[in-house]
This record gives sequence, structure tokens and C-alpha cells, in this order.
Amino acid sequence: MSEQQHITLPEGSIERQTQTLNLGPTHPATHGVFQNILEIDGERIVSSESTVGYIHRAFEKIAERRPYYQITPLTDRLNYCSSPINNMGWHLTVEKLLGVKTPKRVDYMRVVIMELARITDHLICNGVVGVDTGAFTGFLYLMKHREVAYEVYEEICGSRLTTNIGRVGGFERNFTPAVFEKLEKFLKEFPVALKEFESLMTRNRIFMERTQGVGAISAERALNYGFTGPNLRAAGVDYDVRVAQPYSSYEDFEFTIPVGTTGDCYDRFLVRNAEMWESLSIIRQALDKMKTLPSDVWHADVPAYYLPEKSDVYTKMEALIYHFKIIMGESDILPGELYNPVEGANGELGYYLISDGGRSPYRLHFRRPCFIYYQAYAELVKGAMLSDAIICMSSLNLIAGELDA
Amino acid sequence: MSLTSDYIKQRLAEKFGESISQVEESFGTLSFAAPKDLNLKVMQFLYDDEELQFRFLTDLTAVHYPERKGEELAVVYHLYNFRERVRLRLKVYTSVEDPKVFTATKLYESANWMERETYDFFGVEFVGHPNLKRILNVDEMTYFPMRKEFPLEDQSRVDKDDEMFGRGGHIGI
Repeated sequence: MSEQQHITLPEGSIERQTQTLNLGPTHPATHGVFQNILEIDGERIVSSESTVGYIHRAFEKIAERRPYYQITPLTDRLNYCSSPINNMGWHLTVEKLLGVKTPKRVDYMRVVIMELARITDHLICNGVVGVDTGAFTGFLYLMKHREVAYEVYEEICGSRLTTNIGRVGGFERNFTPAVFEKLEKFLKEFPVALKEFESLMTRNRIFMERTQGVGAISAERALNYGFTGPNLRAAGVDYDVRVAQPYSSYEDFEFTIPVGTTGDCYDRFLVRNAEMWESLSIIRQALDKMKTLPSDVWHADVPAYYLPEKSDVYTKMEALIYHFKIIMGESDILPGELYNPVEGANGELGYYLISDGGRSPYRLHFRRPCFIYYQAYAELVKGAMLSDAIICMSSLNLIAGELDA
Repeated sequence: MSLTSDYIKQRLAEKFGESISQVEESFGTLSFAAPKDLNLKVMQFLYDDEELQFRFLTDLTAVHYPERKGEELAVVYHLYNFRERVRLRLKVYTSVEDPKVFTATKLYESANWMERETYDFFGVEFVGHPNLKRILNVDEMTYFPMRKEFPLEDQSRVDKDDEMFGRGGHIGI
């Protein structure tokens, strides 16, 4: 990009004035409800200010009055492109507080679901980067397979977008044979589509010229701005919570952390694509590992926290007691304070939980990755063209639900 | 070399002596409190020190403890060391009448919005912040909603009979 050439013009003439442009809050190109007030000189951005909070729903406050198991549906609505990761993150946080140890099979089931969610999140983000650069086809190739992933969620928990999947201690029911069939279908068909997508985009001259050097950030600035996840890795820092602080038995898996060098939109795109391949490999490894374990385990043996089967509630005394205690919030929750992060699809999703021993948290704070890195947007687009600002926004993977909590 | 909690405690004690308090370790994270006029000095020390290198501000938020007189608000910083993969929790207490704490924006750009959020919900005034205004709530709001004096509505209240939504007297019917 060359510097803009100014011709000397008399003061006050129209070409020397900057204009204000409202990008959002309901502009289709923002892919969510947030507003950017841009000061533009022709097509070049002089400065910008972001306004967030349009869909703030006070989850942290609501959580202070809810029993732990009713907070899971709130986490769905953070990053709604990959709700299962948020759900699992919350379960893992509560399990850490309660000291619940989950069986290996539960860990692997969770890994399968979390990596599936990571793929669905990345495919939307990368697909949308393509859409914003004018390539709609790639997006459709990938979207077709998100449907299969959503059918897997549906088979496990009954819902598709806001999943509320799993429970504290494990899953609500075992994976049915249909889950494995659908997973196999996904593992067979998705790589073909992803390969097709990559051959369409990755070395595409137009796409490369639109994304290379756009919205670049150095590793130092990215760290200072609190970047995490693929955006930080694109800048060259190999930080991944799955490796740095393994949870849910991620230490049992072989995978690499793809990193970029320049931190621009193109590198972010490449990192996400590479992560999808890694996730596919992790799902395959997890399914193989599950075959060696007894197939009738889908939750930890913690009757005080894990809801018993309904048929047992009607026929067994202990099950009825535990069911009553859990629903009425009489289970003992230990006082404690912890911060538990998981690797969300767009960065480190952290739960800062303070329990005073009551039936709901004393304080719950969500560390939402995109809220923290979105503040770098003004710096990323300064001096860029208006059309670059759009690509920069979609390649950051901003999700309005997570931004506003 | 691995960075142990004992070593961090020792270094902090050497540098700041008695002013570091409430040192405890829970769930593998070392936590301590510092006086509110020292928060930047502590963070700068943790940042600059060649062996500690806590150079990533993971999270910044606040907690309201109405019953602790004189230190009702706790500003909580989570710092991270990438090299040793160690997390640290720093707390700074301030009274609710004079909730002034120095801003960390000079050290971390990421603190900007997180401090605005903390101001928005708890009313902690970050001294020196470049743009301290509400971020998620509406600008006209006059109170700080995450403080404990604003409880959520009791779900079992019966005085509010709402025919349309089956509240109060209509539960379960």
C-alpha cells in the first residue's frame, strides 16, 4: 500500500475534508451488532471508534442468582458459533471447584465435541472472510458440512445452536450409534470440502492481494492488546491453552499449533485453516482412543452433582434424594476462588468463579477473548482502506454475543 | 528453571516487604493483595523482572464485598507468564466511597476496555485512564449494577401477579 498522494488544495475545499461514516450497528458487513464510527478521508480511514454493548444481557449478574447447572445455558449465548466449548469450559470450571474427576472416556467425548465446535466456528469465520472479499462459493462449500456437525449436537443434546450440552460430571446420555455414524460421515466428507475450499482460496491471487498486509499486528502489540487464540498465533506466538494448561486430557493427543508470522488477515486465515486440519486429526484420535475403553461410561460417579436417570428417580430411594438435592440446590458446593481457562474457538475463554458455599456463585466473570482483542481494531484499520476494514473485522472472528456477554 | 510459588513469594517479600498481604495458593494459582497505591509498582516489577516476566494481562475485573468495611471493592488482575506458564492473581482493595485505583493502561493496552467495563459495572474510577466512560451499559445510567446492593428479583415473589407470563401465583398451573 502506498501513501496517499495529496495535491495542495485551498483550505476548506471539499477534497480536504474528512467525513464520518457509521459502519453498523446493523450493517450486514459487521456480521453482528456493533458499531464502528469511522473518520474517512476519501476511502482511507483516518481514525475509528468502536461502540459495543448493543446486546448486553447481564449474564454475570444473572449468574449470581442461578444454581450452577442453570448457568450452562447462559454460556451458550457467549460465542454462539461454538457453544459446546463454552458449555464444556463451564462444566470443567465447576468440576475443578468441586474436585470431580471425570473418566477418560468422558474427557475424550468432550474433546470430540469441542474440536467439532472449533471446526464449525473456524469454517464460518474463514468462509465469511471469503464472502467479504467477494468469494461466496467457498462459504457455501463449508456451510453444507456445518449441518452435519449440528446434527451431531442434535443427536447428543437435542438442540443445534445454543446447545446446553453435557452436565457437570459428564454427558446427559451416552453417544448413540447415530452420533458415531454422523461423525464418520463428517470426517469422511469434510476434508474433501476443506481441500476444495483451500484450493479455491489459499493461493487465489485476488484473495491474497485483498488480505495480505491488511490488519497486520506484531507479536509484541498483539500480546500487549491481550490477543489470544488464532489471532495471536497468526502473529507468531504459539500460545494455546490446550497445550499450556491441558484440560480434559488434551495431553493425550498429538497435534501441532499452527503459527503465522505477520499477524495479518491472510495469516489469520491460514492459521484457522490449519487448525481445522488439526482438529480433524484430534477427533479421529479421540474416536480411536474411545474404542479401547468400556463403552458404557458417560459420566463421573458423583451422585451429589450429576442428575440421576429419570427411571431411577421413580424407582430408587437414593436417586430420588439426590435428584431432589440437586434441583433444590442443597448439594454442598465448596467455597473457593478459581480462574479456569479453555481454548475457545477465538481465544482464551476464562471463567473466574468465586463461590461462597451458596447455591449460586458469589461472583462469576467471563473472560471473553473477543471483547479484549476488539479494542485493537482502531489500530489495525488506521490508514487502511474502507474495504480492508470490513475484511479485518470478519477475520478477527468477532462474535457479538461474546463481546457483550 | 521453573518458577515456583515460593520463589515468587520470596521475591515479592524482598521487594515490597509487609505491604504484600493475603498470600494464598488455591487451585494452583498464587494469589496476593497489594495496597491500592502500589498496584502499578507491583505490576511493573512483575513485568520488568528478568525472572518473573509476568507480561500478559489475562483478565481484569472487580468483586464487591459489601460487608468488608473500608475495602468493599476488590480489583482483580490475572497476570500470566508465557515462558513458565504460570498464572498469578493480584488483588487491590479500595473503599466504595473513594473507589480510585491507578490505571494499568500505560502498561497494557488491553486494560483499556477491561477497566471501562469494571468502571461500568462496579464504579471503580481508574485514575489516568484515557477514556473512562461506560462501555456495555447505556451512557445515561446513574448506578453501577454489579454491586451487591442491586439484587436480582426473587423468582418466588408472589406480590407480582402477572397473568400473561404465569408469574407469582400462577407457578405450575
